[in-house]
Amino acid sequence: MATSQEIALMAHLMRRAGFGSNRDELERLADQGYDTTVEQLVNPPDALPGADEDLLYRHMPSLETGGPTPVPGAANWLYHMLNTQRPLEEKMAFFWHHIFATGNSKVDNDNHITIQAQMFRDHGMGNYRDLLLRIARNPAMIFWLDNNENHKNSPNENWGRELLELFSLGVGHYTETDVLECARAFTGWTIGAKIPRQPYHRFAWHYEFRPHEHDYTEKTFLGRTGNFNGDDIIEIILEQPSCSRFVARHLYNFFVADEAQVPAWNIEPPRDPDAIDLLASTLVDADYDLKPVLRTLFLSDFFKEAMYEKVKSPVEVVVGTLHLTGDLRGPDPRLIDASQQPAYMGQALHDPPSVEGWHTGRDWINSGSVVNRVNYVVDQVSNIDLPGVQRIVERVAASNGSQLTPEVLVDECLDLMGPVKLAPETRDELTSHAAGDGPISTSNGDFPRRVCATLALIAATPEYQFG
Amino acid sequence: MTTETKSPVLVVLQLTGGNDYLNSVIPYANANYYDNRKGPLRVEEDDVLKIDDAVGLHPKMAPLKEIYDEGDMAIIHGVGYPNSPRSHFRSMDIWHTCEPDKVGTEGWVARAIRDLDPEGENPVTGVNIGLSLPRAMVLPGVSVASVADLSTYGLLNSIEIEEQRTKMLERFANMYGKAIGTGAVKEYLGQTGLDALSGADILQGGLSRYSSSVEYGIDPISKSLRDVATIHTADVGTRVFYASHTGFDTHASQQPTFERLWTEVSSAVSNFWDDLRAHDADDNVVMILFSEFGRRVRDNGSGTDHGAAGVSFVIGPSVKGGQYGDYPETRAEALDQGDLVPSQDFRGVYSTILDDWLGLDPVPIVDGQFERPRFITSGTDAA
Repeated sequence: MATSQEIALMAHLMRRAGFGSNRDELERLADQGYDTTVEQLVNPPDALPGADEDLLYRHMPSLETGGPTPVPGAANWLYHMLNTQRPLEEKMAFFWHHIFATGNSKVDNDNHITIQAQMFRDHGMGNYRDLLLRIARNPAMIFWLDNNENHKNSPNENWGRELLELFSLGVGHYTETDVLECARAFTGWTIGAKIPRQPYHRFAWHYEFRPHEHDYTEKTFLGRTGNFNGDDIIEIILEQPSCSRFVARHLYNFFVADEAQVPAWNIEPPRDPDAIDLLASTLVDADYDLKPVLRTLFLSDFFKEAMYEKVKSPVEVVVGTLHLTGDLRGPDPRLIDASQQPAYMGQALHDPPSVEGWHTGRDWINSGSVVNRVNYVVDQVSNIDLPGVQRIVERVAASNGSQLTPEVLVDECLDLMGPVKLAPETRDELTSHAAGDGPISTSNGDFPRRVCATLALIAATPEYQFG
Repeated sequence: MTTETKSPVLVVLQLTGGNDYLNSVIPYANANYYDNRKGPLRVEEDDVLKIDDAVGLHPKMAPLKEIYDEGDMAIIHGVGYPNSPRSHFRSMDIWHTCEPDKVGTEGWVARAIRDLDPEGENPVTGVNIGLSLPRAMVLPGVSVASVADLSTYGLLNSIEIEEQRTKMLERFANMYGKAIGTGAVKEYLGQTGLDALSGADILQGGLSRYSSSVEYGIDPISKSLRDVATIHTADVGTRVFYASHTGFDTHASQQPTFERLWTEVSSAVSNFWDDLRAHDADDNVVMILFSEFGRRVRDNGSGTDHGAAGVSFVIGPSVKGGQYGDYPETRAEALDQGDLVPSQDFRGVYSTILDDWLGLDPVPIVDGQFERPRFITSGTDAA
């Protein structure tokens, strides 16, 4: 049997490297061991499949072809997050959505954002060089950052700038001239379109290189001169020391602890410079393969010590709660509504507010988002019809005899919901509340309601906003 | 006029993405405009809504032109700051925090809210309409209500038994109150939770009292400004509102996008003022429209890339209409890397609003002294 510390550490790993888990699963993983579980996350075996997309489309064909709205695509992604047995693969796809943030508000062809997400799923734990080369040819990205308007005689610097500023180096590590030269190297990298299969559907895009629109003259980029094309530019980017540090800092911010926002990175030093050094050098040593750096990160002490150092993102709030309550397994029409819950908390899947992606950490919190975060989780965990809630009630009932003190009820619920660690003052509020309705007996008909009320109040605590 | 019963109110409207100054206030008499704008986003002289013999507004800004003609709109030329980074995110941060050289953590609007309500007595002194809180409104210890949907804003609404809900809300208030003093992020969260609790009650009251004959559009900025009008006319003590409209990053296909955006903004703004007038609630309001930067002078064939200097508009019955400052030079030699050079520091514009309108000392808020265009007709320090 795993110790409570081992369970807590496993819960931490699964919240960060996945989207959370339920207690039965955590106990199984903790028994299997931490290092073994890390390896299984980083190198998922074929026996553990991703979500079955064919099954989803058979039941909900509308989720296959989005268009003007990102909603079907968001529901599609939520289904993957809930049903995959390869959680880190899915979390990394979501990580790249944060960085190569592409939004349907402009793309207006949501199927292509689903295709982009699938690319992140397939290659997100591969090699960062490969990802840059793929995203530079990704139709949704090309349209999102106007590279289809980047011509030899009238360069459009949108993609060129964001490639440097937000996808690889960060502000302060290139000049305005580099931006323009970078843009020139990507001229002619554009999209072609096929007539849609169905009337009124969106056009299917594909990457196309048009030599007559490409600027074949010499460019000077980051101190090097040559007749560079986009691939050469990416190669020069990867040679910059700032590049591996930029990716390392993103990994740290996403998986370990909240950092300053990205535009501040050339001004604000990292929270843990040694960790960034280690992650950056691991990336470079592996020629930008991502699995070694992920393994290093999850096995590091700085990761293990960072429990509850992050404000949960809205997607983590929603998917984590659904994992806990066991709701929405498999295709379900309610996926569509659930997929919009993160949007109400400030994180619309397939629709980041801009190419910068979302501001994370404390920026997730404002009075409006707190209202929606608390309301959503409270509604879920007080729903006794959900299998995960029933299982918690069962486990609490079986834990400590037929009469429970309020303290025991609260501690059991805290343990099964996380384990969640509360400040003593918060715990006092919970126990007082639990005591309010008299003695707690497992045989009493209102016992499930008493458990649910405690779960609901835990969901409403300040501490529960952290993961 | 500002009186004791009607405190001055500010509405900040952020145009996110970098609005094209050159096509908003068009220097139609200047040949350089036509030399640089040859593509589809060129506006011909006949179509410009002329305001004098040099410049005019874009044809889709007709409702704003009416406001200008009534003398209620100031056009502030060449607004920006030195060494524009041309990054949306960095530039927006600078506008939000007034910190061009380091990363600021204190928003200018939040500093103003602190000065307006130093004891934090009213959780809705500052109200943001939108899903995320702009950095301009962030400052430890300052309460701001952030409302995405006014109609569903309230904690634990789904708990039907009122007695249970009340008990839980009491626990909630205790827990969030105790989180204060336990670390920066928890402290912020604790305060935000308390604000959500008290703000929701106040704002729900406002919602139930509002009715209007003005029919707003269905676009997001119309909805946001309608929410501002709802809260403002409910008279719950809100002094600063923040709303934003996104999509101004028009690198490509600028012409249809820009036209749609300004159609939406102009009509939303015009409806908003009609609404306030109908409620006799316009006298104590000033609105500023800004964007993080202007766009490149020469178009790229279908759009424009990131630029430097931009334009701000200030609107309200207490605004002395007209143009302030000079249009930056458009000659190629006078440009900075192809961009208009700012002639008016944005912190000077803020200073006028803070000092002449809200009656606050602007120096600590914007962190310095800047030349101020004097576009407010009344106030403590009017020109």
